Amino acid sequence: MHNSFIKHGVLALILAATAGAASAHRPWMLPTSTIVENKEAWVTIDGAISEGLFDVDHMPLRMDGTVVTGPDGSTAAAPAAVMGKMRSSIDLPLPKDGTYRIALVSNNVMGSYKAGGEVKRFRGSEADFARQLPAGAEEVRKTITHQRIETFVTAHKTNDAALKPTNTGLEMVPLTHPNDLRANETMRVRFLLDGKPLPNLPFSLVPGGVRYRGVAGEIRLTTDAKGEASFKLPAANMYWMNAAYPPNPGKGPGPDNGPAESHRYAYTATLEALPE
Amino acid sequence: MKLSPALALTLPLLSTGAVAADLSVKFELPQLNVAEYHKPYVAMWIEKADGAVASTLAVLYDVKKKDNAGEKWVKDMRTWWRKAGREAQLPIDGVSGATRAAGVHTLSFGPARTGIDKLPAGDYKLVVEAAREAGGRELVRVPFTLPAKGKVAATANGKEELGAVSISIQ
Repeated sequence: MHNSFIKHGVLALILAATAGAASAHRPWMLPTSTIVENKEAWVTIDGAISEGLFDVDHMPLRMDGTVVTGPDGSTAAAPAAVMGKMRSSIDLPLPKDGTYRIALVSNNVMGSYKAGGEVKRFRGSEADFARQLPAGAEEVRKTITHQRIETFVTAHKTNDAALKPTNTGLEMVPLTHPNDLRANETMRVRFLLDGKPLPNLPFSLVPGGVRYRGVAGEIRLTTDAKGEASFKLPAANMYWMNAAYPPNPGKGPGPDNGPAESHRYAYTATLEALPE
Repeated sequence: MKLSPALALTLPLLSTGAVAADLSVKFELPQLNVAEYHKPYVAMWIEKADGAVASTLAVLYDVKKKDNAGEKWVKDMRTWWRKAGREAQLPIDGVSGATRAAGVHTLSFGPARTGIDKLPAGDYKLVVEAAREAGGRELVRVPFTLPAKGKVAATANGKEELGAVSISIQ
């Protein structure tokens, strides 16, 4: 029961990651605050997969493997998440002043192979795929989706050490501090693929709270020749930022005569713009 | 009483009113029909055209609370806190002051505080920010131009936490 639940979660995560903008189900991490100024600073990060942002109405995000980058740039595993029926939560202490990045990076495989004359299909982690692949399997094809889901929080005062890119996969480099965003002020970002600026990349920002607003208000943008974009968020809100590369990969693992190995990248961040 | 030569020299200048430099701010804290009312914290400052703070004029909070406990909530004046307060060391002599009751108040500031006699010519704003415990937060901006030739008077209105805010320079 528990196991099948986890598998279901992983599957949903892959589907959400690969189906692109057309997918109704979106994975997200939502911090209770993005700037914490209490004497003893803590933040709770909820993780879920849902249709409406940031509604808790569908299923939890599996947050195992979440990594926290601290204000000094060091990384550590996040405390274990409490998994509920519809959301997971991580209670995270922020012992040092500065900015923290909370990121869940996963590599998921959709694959197929021929064993004993029969075509088998697989969805799951890269490690599981390698383990389950029988000896002598033929026509092995796999599409690996590299997904990064992240958010940023600051205790007392912002700093930049945790914002440095890892130069792996699809990343957003905030050129405006992500915890100092205000409605109607310009935000600048740069997207990187394996450390190289990614020009002409479409990406979106979707404000939360559509259930109270009606209109979705998705902001669709594209990076320039330097892989950068400048924009203004029209109102204070939590925003779900999303980008995929290649931009329109289609659904499913790709044609059977496709390349033996292909890669897709998905990036998601939750950013808060405050009122002035 | 005899005037010193220096003072005697400045007197003719003052009498012609070449550059006005005494600034006063009249602001209204409205009576609110709410279940729980606390006097708001209020910050006021002069803002440059690029949004930076030229000078903080006043920060009104619970200055008398024991162990400076009243300072804990000055960060609720989010805009002032972001632009100046976070880097400031409270209390600020002559800037920190007690909260005011609902009603109309006037605060006056000389050029030593405002620095408007030394600011480059251009467009500025007087900003008043009010933040109330268990209530809201509001900013009112009153634009004005320096140097103030003759008398300057301008008014803007708040919606909820602030009523009319007026600036006068003379």
